[in-house]
Amino acid sequence: MIWNPKIEQMGRDEMTALQTARLRETVARQYRNVPFYKERFDAIGLAPEDIRSLDDLKLIPVTTKEDLRNNYPDKLFAVPRREIVRIHASTGTTGKPTPVGYTRADLDMWSECMARLISMAGVTADDTAQISFGYGLFTGALGLHYGLEKVGCSVIPISAGNTERQIMMMQDLGSTVLISTPSYALYIADTMERLGIGKDTIRLRVGLFGGEGSTEEMRAAIEDKLGILATENYGLSEVLGPGVSGECACKNGMHICEDNFIVEIVDPETMLPVPDGEWGEVVITPIHREGMSLLRYRTRDISRIMPGECPCGRTSRRMQKLRGRTDDMLIIRGVNVYPSQIEGVLIGMDGIGPHYELVVHNHRTLNSLEVRVEPTDETMLVDYGRLIEMQKRIRANLRTVLNIDADIKLVEPHSLKRFEGKARRVTFVNDED
Amino acid sequence: MFIKQLSVFLENKKGRLASLASVMARNGIDLYALSIADTTNFGILRALTNDTDKAARILREEGFMVNTTEVIAAEVDDRPGGLAKVLDVLDAGGIGVEYLYSFVRNPSDSALILFRVSDTEAAFKALTEAGVRLIGLDELSKK
Repeated sequence: MIWNPKIEQMGRDEMTALQTARLRETVARQYRNVPFYKERFDAIGLAPEDIRSLDDLKLIPVTTKEDLRNNYPDKLFAVPRREIVRIHASTGTTGKPTPVGYTRADLDMWSECMARLISMAGVTADDTAQISFGYGLFTGALGLHYGLEKVGCSVIPISAGNTERQIMMMQDLGSTVLISTPSYALYIADTMERLGIGKDTIRLRVGLFGGEGSTEEMRAAIEDKLGILATENYGLSEVLGPGVSGECACKNGMHICEDNFIVEIVDPETMLPVPDGEWGEVVITPIHREGMSLLRYRTRDISRIMPGECPCGRTSRRMQKLRGRTDDMLIIRGVNVYPSQIEGVLIGMDGIGPHYELVVHNHRTLNSLEVRVEPTDETMLVDYGRLIEMQKRIRANLRTVLNIDADIKLVEPHSLKRFEGKARRVTFVNDED
Repeated sequence: MFIKQLSVFLENKKGRLASLASVMARNGIDLYALSIADTTNFGILRALTNDTDKAARILREEGFMVNTTEVIAAEVDDRPGGLAKVLDVLDAGGIGVEYLYSFVRNPSDSALILFRVSDTEAAFKALTEAGVRLIGLDELSKK
């Protein structure tokens, strides 16, 4: 079912006109309400009125994660706090999250986008949806939650973790829709296998997955093991959360909610748009946000606009499944991790050297992070316990900043690679499960 | 009567122990006693050698992480109760044992136990008073 045929099947000219009008309003409002953008425009002699068409968008400098950090916590909010009804936050590179504010209208817009993506995957009011994303500051769970309720599904806000209970609820309440990261879906499937629970004892039929990328092989494994149609959706909290784009049942690229977001694919060196069909970095401009809007936000994600029309009948442009990132961000069990965060923790600690190496172990279902460091304090050799103690201390400090547990491995002094110039400290290992 | 012991950090990685042993051999370091404790990812090798300062210097040059500490070598009767007697003395003196390991010089000799204790001076005094024979490095080097 097409949730909003008027928008989702709008003709190209009409959509361009709608986007242009909303872009111009957004630029004017940002210039007026957010000092950061006014200064940025003034500095390069750009006036809001100079942005007349979608083509003019490229005149605006991109907004980066660093800009968000520099405007911590809420200097980019475009309305007074009393109009903000929700604050989410995304993980940051320095340990501090970057907050995002939503007005009531923003939440309505978000639910609308989600309702479209949910309907596009074939989910209706007759479905029972189990949300196995972690609730909290992370936008995934609540974004899907409101959208599913808007569609009329029975929502089970079970949150992440406790996999055996997840399976029990799936069986007892007859959940038909699973909302999670793809890796957690596969983990649930493997747990069922281990417990000898057949897929015929559950009624799942559709999965809406997001929060991290996945391969087509992984999708095929999830579909086979759980007996479902697995769709993917995309978004990031800086611009809204999930809801920017998502796959319909054709699994043929993610339909962009174009009335609310302008998605550009740009050359990461020049920040200029590349022709449709070419790979590049995704840059997003929300054009229908009140609480906090960003002009040309650099996502660092790599995708392309897919050519041709989708057989589903929607006219919206589609982005292909992400192919990677242009920075060094890692996603460990659904959590964004930057090597610089780890470096910050390690450099502040006594007894270990400044060199480190990160090893991401990709198991078939979940990945894990190993941090290798060189102890330097020879007096620790007196007592075995002191080395163990240090391992624990590093782990605890990393946990505070990253929110995940890493495996700490102490290695011999001088054994880690030294780099001249650009360091490559991350290696990926595929482990047998 | 204290003996200087060598402690070396060893990563659990194939060939590390062999490379340490060959560094020692190349430099004429004689190993009298050896003990390794390990976890799944690293271990500490402890050894008595004929020249621990030299061994430490050479290993550091080779990139090993090394430390030296003082331990006590006590002779114990090689029969049931031999070790218990020595431990009782330390216990009575309120001296904690951090770790120990044993070795035998010649099959005919009594056993030697190496102790790393919380208070080396106090242990030395207590053991000597109790009549336990402590061995020095000079005696170890006689073969």
